[in-house]
Amino acid sequence: MAEKVTADENITYHSFDVLIVGAGGAGMRAAIEAGTDLNVGVVSKLFPTRSHTGAAQGGMAAALANVEEDNWEWHTFDTVKGGDYLVDQDAAEILAKESVQAVIDLENMGLPFNRTPDGKIDQRRFGGHTRDHGKAPVRRSCYAADRTGHMILQTLYQNCVKLGINFFNEFYVLDLVMNDGKPAGVVAYELATGDIHVFQAKSIVFATGGFGKIYKTTSNAHTLTGDGVAIAFRRGIPLEDMEFYQFHPTGLAGLGILLSEAARGEGGILRNASGERFMERYAPTIKDLAPRDMVARAMANEVREGRGGGPNKDYVFLDLTHLEPAVIDAKLPDITEFARTYLGVEPYTEQIPVFPTAHYAMGGIPTNIKAEVLSDNDTVIPGLYAAGECACVSVHGANRLGTNSLLDINVFGKRAGQYSVEYAKTATQVPMPENAADDVIAMIAKVRKAKGKEKIAQLRKELQETMDKNAQVFRTEETLNEALEKVAELRKRYENISIQDQGKRFNTDLLEAIELGFLLDLAEVTVIACRERRESRGAHLREDYTERDDKKFMVHSMVYKQEKIEKNTGTNMRIGWKPVVVTNYQPMERKY
Amino acid sequence: MAELSVPTIESFTVTLIVRRFDPENDTEPKWEDFDVEMYGTDRVLDALHKIKWEQDGSLTFRRSCAHGVCGSDAMRINGRNRLACKTLIKDLDISKPIYVEPIKGLPVEKDLIVDMTPFYKAYLEINPFLVATDKPKKERLQSPEDRARYDDTTKCILCAACTSSCPVFWTDGQYFGPAAIVNAHRFIFDSRDENAELRLDILNDKEGVWRCRTTFNCTEACPRGIEVTKAIAEVKQAILRGRA
Repeated sequence: MAEKVTADENITYHSFDVLIVGAGGAGMRAAIEAGTDLNVGVVSKLFPTRSHTGAAQGGMAAALANVEEDNWEWHTFDTVKGGDYLVDQDAAEILAKESVQAVIDLENMGLPFNRTPDGKIDQRRFGGHTRDHGKAPVRRSCYAADRTGHMILQTLYQNCVKLGINFFNEFYVLDLVMNDGKPAGVVAYELATGDIHVFQAKSIVFATGGFGKIYKTTSNAHTLTGDGVAIAFRRGIPLEDMEFYQFHPTGLAGLGILLSEAARGEGGILRNASGERFMERYAPTIKDLAPRDMVARAMANEVREGRGGGPNKDYVFLDLTHLEPAVIDAKLPDITEFARTYLGVEPYTEQIPVFPTAHYAMGGIPTNIKAEVLSDNDTVIPGLYAAGECACVSVHGANRLGTNSLLDINVFGKRAGQYSVEYAKTATQVPMPENAADDVIAMIAKVRKAKGKEKIAQLRKELQETMDKNAQVFRTEETLNEALEKVAELRKRYENISIQDQGKRFNTDLLEAIELGFLLDLAEVTVIACRERRESRGAHLREDYTERDDKKFMVHSMVYKQEKIEKNTGTNMRIGWKPVVVTNYQPMERKY
Repeated sequence: MAELSVPTIESFTVTLIVRRFDPENDTEPKWEDFDVEMYGTDRVLDALHKIKWEQDGSLTFRRSCAHGVCGSDAMRINGRNRLACKTLIKDLDISKPIYVEPIKGLPVEKDLIVDMTPFYKAYLEINPFLVATDKPKKERLQSPEDRARYDDTTKCILCAACTSSCPVFWTDGQYFGPAAIVNAHRFIFDSRDENAELRLDILNDKEGVWRCRTTFNCTEACPRGIEVTKAIAEVKQAILRGRA
């Protein structure tokens, strides 16, 4: 157990060697690697198995070559090309090389993968994963039905239990304490009691997940408000590649609930209102298994050109009706149940209405391949680590391939655990300032005492609507400026809020207000990065700059917060650029 | 971009009667009514959010993924344990009020939030992790048949809908409850696991499987469609056989 340094009635102090923030896949993989030799703690806003890793469905990529020829170099190439050449190739190599061991680790921990007839881990096709540099789809995704993320999350939690990892569940981390530019710890708010906890640690790992709730139509959980990413940003850490937000092609129409790409991996076909398999026009070689950015764009384009289905012609169809019901039941049980439950559609016989849904942030807290957080293009912040969706290492570049995120959390979660322990073994604790909790206490008091007229839910709704309208699949300078103006307006109105729940215990009203503050920050960073990247690449499509511009923009964006108003952004955010690491693959035209 | 919509469905007013408890001000829980404008495709979770976001910000419940995979929002809806995010309003009888209350058998913390500690404690007691002493260099082999043997019980999301629907659990807080047994089953019948004997021993205890009265409440309550009662029966048989 953690030693309590001092305590008074409101603030409890804890001390750890390694402190991990977030108990999803990346956080728990880091915790397992960190082990129990040192004093390791995990702080999470949710009970670990509630984390959104559990909603991942289709699989985890690894060139095991269990069912057909494959190798890590092909996987690296696919990842780089899938990311529209904005991927840091050294990181992609690590991702692909270490994928095999990452899968073996999970199997050895007990993960119930689907099996081949000879008892090996079975593999299936997924978008953008190909044999020999794009010749044909390859079976690379290791899976457990369409609940691979659930199995990963359960298996990692089980192994944390086995090791006796020390969890602080339903603790909301609201601040990162930096002392003279070095990380001293974090400040958390305990949901059950309303008490403040100050955690000091030699190494701190952020594994706080994504921020899909900046959008209205999203596959993300209500809790995915980007707390960790926003906290880092507020403390002066830049955010990398925030303009690259992935829209997953197959969200249940109108709801955004995810239907795995595995549906297409198993043979599902996308059709427009006239029944045409439209992906043949957009990606003649691999069709429905093109990368997500291309498929999402193709779907949005079909709708825009009037070929959508339904009374408002605003969605297309995922057709599984030609698959055997037994195959559907064995390989895609959960997603077909979602279609039945939420839309009343029977996938055996009916096509499922689908439309792109905000799904995954390629960008985030910049890190190097040791998961160390960077304070600029290449300066390491000693003792601070990040992994998983909150981080940008960057293995996903401008567009992540399906099954590479479950891989990312395992490979870089493991690395974060390994390197954070290594560091903590010799590091001395950065002194925790006396007043470490003051900012959080002030932030909470401000929200609690606010007597304004604005409702949090209304502001959040308007934010999400403007992001869907102006910064979704298609973007222009005009729509992005509109979004920026709206965010500025919402910021002003955010100063005039009030909440109803004045209690200490389980005050989710208060926390939703604080989370909205994080969402506003991240939406603004996203839109600024979108506006400043005047080209189209991967998931970022500028209708006013439709071509990829390698001369100018073969670079990562880095958005910094600063005190003064910056001329070119019109806000207190400054944009910088960071070179892409290229090892073997020069940018080529991206065709599938 | 075009606005999204599913085929047009009319809206209607629904009355929710919610069991409220404010630990800082109430001595007893009380019922409170809310009228909300809803659509048929909305879920009970949407109705709760609508109340929280538009009428009473202090209404408190857990939720996260909102599509039935994280297990946060198990509650009693019209007397039945369900996930609020998987219960469509149109599937309930909306001519009558919808009653929403916390799951039973666990201490209420605030409104619909219960203290899950006793539930998690039972889960932890069955050693919910694979025990295998070999040190393979690659994956352990497992035939599709062996993999299928425990598939059903791998689906558990620890929402507690089953355990908190069990009359034995309500009256006897010591009983492990269905969810813990489901999670034991997941390992007992996994061909890779070497600890079946210990798990069976734990569940042979007086608080173990023999307390089950086969009321099938758990099976009906499971939002993941796990055949919970069957899993418990298989564990009982394994105990009698002395092996999985």
